[in-house]
Amino acid sequence: MKTNIFIIWLCSIVLLCSCRKEESIISSTSTGVTNGEKTESIKGFFLLNEGNMGSNKASLDYFDYETGIYHKNIYAERNPGVVKELGDVGNDIQIYGDKLYAVINCSHFIEVMDVNTAKHITQISIPNCRYITFKDKYAYVSSYAGPVLIDPNARLGYVAKIDTLTMKVVDTCAVGYQPEEMVITGDKLYVANSGGYRVPNYDRTISVIDLKTFKVTKTIDVAINLHRMEIDKNGYIYVSSRGDYYNTPSKTYVIDSHTDKVIEELSLLPNSNMTLCGDSLYVYSTQWSYLSNTNTISYAIYDINTGRTVSRNFITDGTEKSIKIPYGLSVHPETHDIYVTDAKDYVTPGTLHCYSASGKRKWSITTGDIPAHIVFTHKQLKDL
Amino acid sequence: MSIRMKNNFFLLSAFLCSFFTVVYAQETKTMQDTTLSSIHQLDDVVIIGVLEKKEVIPVQVLAGETLKKLNVYSVADAVRYFSGVQVKDYGGIGGLKTVNVRSMGSHHVGVFYDGVELGNAQNGVIDLGRFSLENMEAISMYNGQKSSIFQSAKDYASASAIYMTSRRPTFKNGKKNNLNIGFKFGSFDTYTPSFLWERKLNDHVKLSLSAEYMRTSGRYRFSYSKKDGYDTTEVRRNGDVEMLRIEAAAFGEIKKGEWQAKMYFYDSQRGYPGASVREEPGKYHHQDRQWDNNFFIQGSFRKYFKSWYSFMANAKFAYDYLHYLSDPREDVTTMYVNNHYRQMESYGSMAHLFAITQWWSMSLSSDFQWNTLSADLVDFAYPERVSILQSAATSLDWKKLKIQASILYTYVNDMTKKANAQAGDKSVFTPSFILSYRPWDRHDLNFRAFYKKVFRMPTLNDLYYTFIGNKYLDPEYTIQYNIGGTYSRDFQNKWFCRIECQVDAYFNQIDDKIIAMPTSNQFRWTMMNLGYVEIRGIDASICSHIKIANVNLYPRVSYTYQTAQDYTDPTSQWYGGQIPYIPWHSGSFILSGDYHNWSWNYSFIYTGERYEAVANIPENHAQPWYTSDISISRTFHLKKFDIRATAEINNIFNQQYEVVQCYPMPGTNFKIKLNIIL
Repeated sequence: MKTNIFIIWLCSIVLLCSCRKEESIISSTSTGVTNGEKTESIKGFFLLNEGNMGSNKASLDYFDYETGIYHKNIYAERNPGVVKELGDVGNDIQIYGDKLYAVINCSHFIEVMDVNTAKHITQISIPNCRYITFKDKYAYVSSYAGPVLIDPNARLGYVAKIDTLTMKVVDTCAVGYQPEEMVITGDKLYVANSGGYRVPNYDRTISVIDLKTFKVTKTIDVAINLHRMEIDKNGYIYVSSRGDYYNTPSKTYVIDSHTDKVIEELSLLPNSNMTLCGDSLYVYSTQWSYLSNTNTISYAIYDINTGRTVSRNFITDGTEKSIKIPYGLSVHPETHDIYVTDAKDYVTPGTLHCYSASGKRKWSITTGDIPAHIVFTHKQLKDL
Repeated sequence: MSIRMKNNFFLLSAFLCSFFTVVYAQETKTMQDTTLSSIHQLDDVVIIGVLEKKEVIPVQVLAGETLKKLNVYSVADAVRYFSGVQVKDYGGIGGLKTVNVRSMGSHHVGVFYDGVELGNAQNGVIDLGRFSLENMEAISMYNGQKSSIFQSAKDYASASAIYMTSRRPTFKNGKKNNLNIGFKFGSFDTYTPSFLWERKLNDHVKLSLSAEYMRTSGRYRFSYSKKDGYDTTEVRRNGDVEMLRIEAAAFGEIKKGEWQAKMYFYDSQRGYPGASVREEPGKYHHQDRQWDNNFFIQGSFRKYFKSWYSFMANAKFAYDYLHYLSDPREDVTTMYVNNHYRQMESYGSMAHLFAITQWWSMSLSSDFQWNTLSADLVDFAYPERVSILQSAATSLDWKKLKIQASILYTYVNDMTKKANAQAGDKSVFTPSFILSYRPWDRHDLNFRAFYKKVFRMPTLNDLYYTFIGNKYLDPEYTIQYNIGGTYSRDFQNKWFCRIECQVDAYFNQIDDKIIAMPTSNQFRWTMMNLGYVEIRGIDASICSHIKIANVNLYPRVSYTYQTAQDYTDPTSQWYGGQIPYIPWHSGSFILSGDYHNWSWNYSFIYTGERYEAVANIPENHAQPWYTSDISISRTFHLKKFDIRATAEINNIFNQQYEVVQCYPMPGTNFKIKLNIIL
């Protein structure tokens, strides 16, 4: 019958021109960005791309200083057996010993990899985990998902203590609301509580945990919506307050860890992200105001010795104008090269910009979606 | 990134899709609608099954038996068979399903139920997955607007429109009652009893009562695998749905006119399966839930008073309630969110049609609409919106050449309880122009063209959603240019009885596109008028009727080619990229047929490769998918009643695919239906 022939013809046409191929692992992309350079102890860095929430697109990039090659999206091809790649929303990355730890926020675990190969070793389950820091063979992870008491809306966060030998959570300690970054000095761990879920009742405290007893010993009242933390050689802690996006602007506060008191409010140093290198605190800020519907962006350097903001724009060649949404910030401890990532619209690949210590752009490279967290490595990543 | 963001965004963009605003205006089919004979053509909605005749605007229809035979549960599943349509489907029965016509975005699709626009002032999107086909008689999709000029101003107010027409009672051989009791049972532990009772009070008034209950666990297996890599099979959880729908309607005829009244009630609760991302297997399960209540009443009246004057009026009141709960006591990974949203809509419309000569008519329509939204969100603005729409249209019909022109004036005024939070008034004129030409009387070959400019208002969420809304938003415009043709021919006494085809080529622009933009961090987004998109495409469809002995076959093929490119930012590396989820090629094929008491259907859908983001790179590449569904049914005529039994198999090749990234679709599934018809 003609119809049948017609149907067969139609189906075969459709099948021929359109077949699904077996889904393959997406390979990394290698791009030469420099001619390679001699290195001291730092051989390269890993960059963790967050990926937009619900898209399972966290990804890992690696830059090698000696070859000058930028390797985009290395995790999947090095770990083809890991179901659904790196996961959903990479929120922090650190190296401790010979292991690379990536905090995957919305996948609710810490991905532990071999720092030499970026190969999966294990994963440590922690719901809604945010940041990670280390001391004496223990890892400490902040998490929003503390115990739920009578009022589910007043749910504290916690800090989990992980034994890096067994990779098991050995203890937890409830802190403030929605804890973010942490710093450690001596036997004290400081964690910044944001309370970002409790608008307009933001948290305004830092919790201080005694690492010997793993109990909160002090709570320091600072300002609303705390986020970032850095500690300098003198024991001063710099903490950022995000403000409320309306009338309270973002600021930076300084806490003396010897007295656990706020010693200074840097009201002219709005702070979205910061990194400490030597005596310089590099701070950028994208201050969003719902009143004016505008972003105000600044790139500052604060001198910890003089207590002054010595630069209001550490990018000196005017190229900062091409950055839409600065997101990640890092400074090479040896060369003082500055790395700023541009997250753009969050749903397309971002860009990593490298600036010399004097603030001139050296190179730029396309990354994964929402490039955010950089960690420098002393061990060169082995080829596959 | 935070769970708050997730919740906000889910609520904002995806799952608040249930505001029914309804006006009644019976859909009539032909261009003659503009003349006075229209009133007596109302019943022609019952026939069809083929493409539309003599429409001067591109329209596609699924109706009657063809619609009944399709193996689909909801209207969203059915409209996938139209060319130029993409359905965004989060999978399963409970998953959100929204319709995007010619890549202009789901906010630009007007959805009308019994002639009546279903609105959602809050987020502007209708979840067509919530409308089952149980009581549906016809689904038509118009590009541009319905080419009748005797219609409410709202009918002119969207870039494309889907009209769902529910069943109208008809009574055979002096019967006074019709009863249809149905029971469906299928995969995902789905049970659907339904009930329809129609009553003829007298020659002028008919009543109908329809009810449907559905319950499903929404559980299904899905797999992900990579070549030389992982291979995993998981089960979708928390996709359960329980819903009850009750509709009552009265249909009346008066001298040279008619009226209709309708009540609609929908009650549901459902879980959110969430995105399927990497997690420790079996460790955490989504537990967040949503409850919806939708209620509306609507009435309509239409009368032909004089040979030169007809009048139509519509009125409606709708109330919608939504409750979303995410509780960390159930799922430790989430944060506590417990929000209630309430919307109300009141609507009234009047339309006047003046037949000046045999070939020239004009119309004037005025619509008034009032919306309110309340929500227990921090700092909520409590917006109210008054919209006034006024349209003027004219139609010229010289047999060979038909011309229609219309202009729509829209005025929108928002008020908020919070001081100075409201957006400024909007006052906009938008035109459309339609032309059709039939060169030969002997051949049913028509050429057509249209131009239409229209906009969508920023939704109440776009403007006022706490922390995301931006009251400075402007309307988002679409401009459409279309040229095309239709051809149909009947063949007498041959096995090949009929063929119809239509082809259209189009160019669309979307300007001031409203998009979500991140602000300083992932916690805080806002809406902005940033986008500019150009769409170029071709839609084609063919259907025919073939009769061999006693076997009837109705093949139907549709195909779409589209480029939809983002030209927002010339400095972007991805400038000109194909916008997310728009395939270059897509198409469908249906072959339904019947033989004595048997009928069957085979349907095939193909969606070509596409990208999940405007960066068209391997990381965002999505594979083509195509599914085949078959069904067979048999009617048994017993003494007092008929029984119709149907068996369906969907996705027979068990293809594992996603329509939306991280939302896997079901593999092979089954359904059995039984209907007792009295």
